[in-house]
Amino acid sequence: MKFKKKTEVSSEISTASMPDIIFMLLIFFMVTTVLRTEDGLRINLPTAQRIAQLKSKIHTSNIWISKDGFISIQDKIHQVEDVRWTIYEKRKNDAELTISLKADKEARMGQIVAVQNELRKADALRLNYSTLMAGD
Amino acid sequence: MMKKRRFKGAAIQTSSMADIAFLLLIFFLVTTTIDMDKGLGIILPAEGEVFEMHQKNILNCLINSSGNVLLGDEPIEVKNISRFVKEKMAQNENLIVSVKSHAKTRYDDYIQVIDQLKMADAKISIAETG
Repeated sequence: MKFKKKTEVSSEISTASMPDIIFMLLIFFMVTTVLRTEDGLRINLPTAQRIAQLKSKIHTSNIWISKDGFISIQDKIHQVEDVRWTIYEKRKNDAELTISLKADKEARMGQIVAVQNELRKADALRLNYSTLMAGD
Repeated sequence: MMKKRRFKGAAIQTSSMADIAFLLLIFFLVTTTIDMDKGLGIILPAEGEVFEMHQKNILNCLINSSGNVLLGDEPIEVKNISRFVKEKMAQNENLIVSVKSHAKTRYDDYIQVIDQLKMADAKISIAETG
């Protein structure tokens, strides 16, 4: 007895939903792309070898120090003694705040230490000296 | 009388939609920069915090305004700091390196010293500038 052959099943993957999948990926990347708005000051970062990556961007605040000793936080020039209040406001809202200090190679330690003391007064103790990878 | 034109189904071709979407996707993939901050992490001492430490556990590291380093009691080349501190730490595991810099010291010199100390996995304490 012969069996009747079953209808052939087409084994092709449907490409009809491909645009939808791609669009979804596209939208994901569009949403996660952050166009930088915070520019800071023009600085040359120093280089170092034993560097680590900062864990989260949300918990990081930047402080720029130019070689002339200007301090910039969130695109505003600050005096040394004003740093504490700005940082304190941030620190109040974020217990895991890390300060990323972007200082110019030629900046003087006097200014850096002054800012560090301000950070201590604001209880923002987690500090990160932003550097480039040596050899880059 | 004019002949009425018959509407022939004018559908837009969707077969190239995927290509267009891919192109956009690749554009955004390329322009997305996941630029994480990199650097040397450090924990500052809290305000008013005073440490009582044995003098023998402290290794003073002084940087002068021209970038010369005095480690312990003798001048040292920056690139040798890591090795020297490692030797010291082998003798005394509670060793804390206290870094002190002149107000006119370049930030770059200071970072080089901190980098060296990090390489030696030393405990770093930041002293205020005198």
